Amino acid sequence: MNIAPRRGGRLLLALIPFVLIAFVYVVGSAERRAANPDDKLLPPVSEMVESIGRLAFEEDRRSGEIVLWADTAASMQRLLMGLAIATLIGLAFGLALGLIPVAGAGLGTIVAVLSMIPPMAILPILFIVFGLGELSKVVLIVFGIAPFLIRDLALSVDSLPREQLIKAQSLGASTWQIAIRVVLPQIMPRLIEALRLSLGPAFLFLISAEAIAADLGLGYRIFLVRRYLSMDVILPYVAWITLLAYLMDFALAWLARRGFAWAYAGRSR
Amino acid sequence: MSAISLRDVWVEYGEQIVLERVNLQIAAGTFLSVVGPSGAGKSTFLRLILGQEGPSRGAILIDGKPLPDEPGPDRGVVFQRYSVFPHLTVLGNVLIAFEFAGSPLLSRLTGAARRAAIAESEKLIEEVGLTQHRDKYPSALSGGMQQRLAIAQAVARKPRALLLDEPFGALDPGTRAQMHQLIRALWRDCGMTVIMVTHDLKEAFNLGTRLIAFDKLRRDPQAPGRFGATVTYDLDLTRDGPVPVLGFLKPLTAQQEPNHLQGELP
Repeated sequence: MNIAPRRGGRLLLALIPFVLIAFVYVVGSAERRAANPDDKLLPPVSEMVESIGRLAFEEDRRSGEIVLWADTAASMQRLLMGLAIATLIGLAFGLALGLIPVAGAGLGTIVAVLSMIPPMAILPILFIVFGLGELSKVVLIVFGIAPFLIRDLALSVDSLPREQLIKAQSLGASTWQIAIRVVLPQIMPRLIEALRLSLGPAFLFLISAEAIAADLGLGYRIFLVRRYLSMDVILPYVAWITLLAYLMDFALAWLARRGFAWAYAGRSR
Repeated sequence: MSAISLRDVWVEYGEQIVLERVNLQIAAGTFLSVVGPSGAGKSTFLRLILGQEGPSRGAILIDGKPLPDEPGPDRGVVFQRYSVFPHLTVLGNVLIAFEFAGSPLLSRLTGAARRAAIAESEKLIEEVGLTQHRDKYPSALSGGMQQRLAIAQAVARKPRALLLDEPFGALDPGTRAQMHQLIRALWRDCGMTVIMVTHDLKEAFNLGTRLIAFDKLRRDPQAPGRFGATVTYDLDLTRDGPVPVLGFLKPLTAQQEPNHLQGELP
């Protein structure tokens, strides 16, 4: 418990599991190839590099687009729009619910109930109402994570010391002024943390929606090439999606530390 | 400056009576110390004057007008903890008081108004001795410095009354002595009414010009919430020599008042 690795040691320790997994894969892939030269389940790294090189650097003969980047752009646009809209809704409603008792009493229950609806269960409704285009996918992401953000932010508003709000009022602040100057800045770090936790669900809803109805996107591609058992495309795509999600998570964590240093004073990591 | 008067004030939470029959005239410019055992309604009394809650019965008047039922800029407050905003620097914490006043919509001042507010804030920060810490966040300040900041913040809007809820309870004796000097100087200079709730009797006698004690006059062992606390001692501390007693009510025990208990039985 008292032995803490230094910077370099920490990085090395973090890398070990990745190296191990890569090693196991390479060995397994080689074994299967030795037994069956036509094996498609664990393609060797060289084949994956070749396929992904084709998808990432050569134009598709049919559409004239570079497939990997077109997929990534389409998916990211949906994801970021969904996250942005959900964040705005979460902030506005979370703040209102947590700060204004009347809003909390009026909307708290309906938000709690809505958040219990499994988003995938209403995907057909979204497809029927909003069509098969971009809108239904964005709405699915918003519906999936906005209720969580609202409830989480309302709780974090609620956990602010009552003394602070009284103090602000005794300095002459109106409810609106308290909301934007006292409460909003203090829940921003929590908003970013909640967004980081929402990234996983957001990607889940994105990939699901794309798998069911799309003509472009990371999830669409994976489910398309599944028909040909193209593990040499699926595996790099999964790794790419994971990398994107991890980088977004990392960027949000950095933003929180950088922008709201006061909230992390006294924490070791 | 403001005179505050309470007329036959009761505070009840359902069955439980916290304060009963509180009658009090607080002259403008008084430094009033409030003492009493835990649960005797000292903090409730402060919340009443703050406007955080209203009385169940009776009336509270400030300068002859009914007290507004929400906290306002005419009554500043310093709590024992959580009084300063952790997301603002020392300067920001004081400045925000001026920003609330000067900019209703955005609460941000610009240009000359901002410079004037900063100058005024810096003067207050200097008065409480935090000049060299003006760009630090509260998490980097000691408990005593945080309370000094809270005081600077509370007096920024020149409140007519300053309410202190055990403001120095969590501080060490040395820091506490410093804070006493600070608050006394502020009280003299600003001429406001100060109401301080404290557990420390020495502090209460040292600082106050008047001291009141809250306690329950009657107790019912079977129903602890049946009777509320009221002002049992009221001392004028302005004169030298023996302390003149303005009011004195002797607590009665249940044994001394058996008829009353019987009268309560169904």
